[in-house]
Amino acid sequence: MSKLTLKNEGERHIVVTRHFAASPEAVYRAHTDPKLIQKWLLGPEGWTMPVCINEAREGGKIRYEWSHPKKGSFFITGEIVKLEPSRRVVHVERMHLPDPTPDSHIETRFEPDGGGTLMTMRMTLPDAKTRADMLATGMEHGMEESYARLDKMA
Amino acid sequence: MYIDLDAAFSALADPTRRAIVARLANGEATVTELAEPFEMTQPAISQHLKVLEEAGLIVRRVEGTKRPRRLAKNGIEAMDQWLRMLKKALEKNYDRLDQVLAAME
Repeated sequence: MSKLTLKNEGERHIVVTRHFAASPEAVYRAHTDPKLIQKWLLGPEGWTMPVCINEAREGGKIRYEWSHPKKGSFFITGEIVKLEPSRRVVHVERMHLPDPTPDSHIETRFEPDGGGTLMTMRMTLPDAKTRADMLATGMEHGMEESYARLDKMA
Repeated sequence: MYIDLDAAFSALADPTRRAIVARLANGEATVTELAEPFEMTQPAISQHLKVLEEAGLIVRRVEGTKRPRRLAKNGIEAMDQWLRMLKKALEKNYDRLDQVLAAME
């Protein structure tokens, strides 16, 4: 039931869907309350989010900083474009790696779905360089996990 | 090798080009062979092949007057890898979010 789907839409977008066993109000709150965001928006294992700012109003600012004991840290900044409580969040964000990447436009919708919520997130595809940088981090991470497994075997 | 992921995504947004890639996954094929199942003219197929080539998804070989095409492994793998990485990170996030939501209600 809670399986994630991810597909590219046209040439410039990625659409992600996921069902949650909670009300749209709750899922919306978990996407806009910094104290809650900080608990789940962490990506791969090992990262924490020491700074989580989300002003949760139209025109408000976003700043998330992630940190990893071995890989250091990076952050994103953004602005909230549109907020419809319990229904929809539209924001723009950019990664600082450390140079800012081009803006990514993200729309997240929450709809009642069989007693829970269907979340649909539509995001612009990051450009080739951004994706290459992201992939580089991911590959490094994958290798580290492999080394950890090798250590266990030795 | 530089892989243009923008071009790769754009190239694969077209159903005919996805079908060509699926066909080439079974092995090398000439333009004539590729044109057959689609009931398209060879120039139309050639145009699709050009887009796929420029995206780094397929490569051509010279064999006499023929130019058989095959998949360029690196292009496909780089794109798959990026999508897999994104999906994995999102799955982790939302599994954690399930727990956050359970604790809220």
